Amino acid sequence: MTEKKKFRFKVNADVNELQRVLDFVDVCVQGFDCSPKTMIQINVSVEEIFVNIAHYAYSDKTGEAVIEVEIIDELKTAAITFIDCGIKYDPLAKPDPDVTLSAKDRKIGGLGIFMTKKFMDELLYEYRDGQNVFCMKKKL
Amino acid sequence: MTIESKNESGKLTLTITGRLDTSTSPKLEEELKASYEGVTELVFDLQKLEYISSAGLRVLLSAQKTMNKQGIMKLINAREEIMEIFEITGFTDILTIE
Repeated sequence: MTEKKKFRFKVNADVNELQRVLDFVDVCVQGFDCSPKTMIQINVSVEEIFVNIAHYAYSDKTGEAVIEVEIIDELKTAAITFIDCGIKYDPLAKPDPDVTLSAKDRKIGGLGIFMTKKFMDELLYEYRDGQNVFCMKKKL
Repeated sequence: MTIESKNESGKLTLTITGRLDTSTSPKLEEELKASYEGVTELVFDLQKLEYISSAGLRVLLSAQKTMNKQGIMKLINAREEIMEIFEITGFTDILTIE
């Protein structure tokens, strides 16, 4: 049987909570002895998604975000899920930025979700029961 | 994140230590805004940079846009993990990285 471990963290959707969110995810994946490269990729992806929720999900109101981390030992995979009750928003719907443009023509923005797409193995967005549910999976 | 700044007759070198993320990038942006005047060469020494997210990339891109008008900019000593982020985002093509 595949062993699964699940961790859950509820936090205010506020950029000031970013470090606590990153620390939570770090603790969940520790024990896998991930390479610095993998850890940076996970950190960047978690930061981009959480900061997006903090900035936009609740407009200028306050709200909460839940971060769930499921570790599937046998597959050496982490599934990190973000849940918020804010404005319906699919981060995957946005077109990728053109990363071949010159510095002059480059738009400042859109790189966060672009990196998340590159760094994670699988991404899934659903709007379910009034909640944005965004799941990303990464082999550790 | 800490920034060490050295200005030698128009050549400004910023050594960044730690993490350049959503929380710390505004500090670098402020430091840059206060220092641009008279700078013809801007060097970021990234040897001690451990992490960069899109917030940090935005500050570097914005610095490049400013330096395009007044001189040159380069990044030096970036670690392998940081270089990979520059590569994937196409920054290796638009910034001077040594």
